[in-house]
Amino acid sequence: MSSRLLRLGIIGSLAGAFSGLFGVGGGTVIVPFLILWFGFEEREATGTSLAAIILIATLAAGIQGLHGHVHVVKGLVVGVPAIAGVVAGAALQQRVPQRAVSGAFAALLIVSAAVLIF
Amino acid sequence: MDAGSVAAAVAIGFLGGVTGGMLGVGGGILFVPALVFFLELSQVSGESTSLLAIVPVAVVGVWRQRGYGNVRLREGLTIGALSVPGVVAGTALANALSDRALALSFAALQIVLAIGLARRALRGAGGSAAS
Repeated sequence: MSSRLLRLGIIGSLAGAFSGLFGVGGGTVIVPFLILWFGFEEREATGTSLAAIILIATLAAGIQGLHGHVHVVKGLVVGVPAIAGVVAGAALQQRVPQRAVSGAFAALLIVSAAVLIF
Repeated sequence: MDAGSVAAAVAIGFLGGVTGGMLGVGGGILFVPALVFFLELSQVSGESTSLLAIVPVAVVGVWRQRGYGNVRLREGLTIGALSVPGVVAGTALANALSDRALALSFAALQIVLAIGLARRALRGAGGSAAS
């Protein structure tokens, strides 16, 4: 196994564990690792992260669905407006400096860590 | 659950999507509290339902970001495929360690990553907007 594949596997494993445990997509782990460990630029890291999240969230939602924990209608109440949000957010991202994305992401990580701690 | 609560969940859902487009996350960090506090799901149902809401965000996000030339599909799909053992290992880990220990471990990891990204943002080199 090449070291690059091994590193991608480590990111995937961490993201998968995080996703399954906390009901998130794993992006808070994937994006920083792609930037700091693989040298991706910010926009590339965020776009690539979403591709990974499609697989991770589909798998995790499927498993939880089998256990009867998924409420489809309530999922749509937040998920449908979020589709409009992601189109707007991606457009906005093209208009800000890449390093500003890193700054905003650092803030998101601190908030996420605080949620986990408290 | 009244109309105001539903409206709040819709608004938070939209913000979760914006976060997804801007920062490449699924939006679960906002979906879970919206589902638990405003749509009255339990924590476990909120987390599970959040995963469902993340799927269309990630699909549409990839579609848009691909249009902007920002998706390296091979790496993304490799990470996604290799997450499967992570999910299994994570579940095993969850049984071996306390929830509290796991939460604190991930929080510590996130703080380290935040410091790395903040230093990069403050250095500021190469940070021009897309033309």
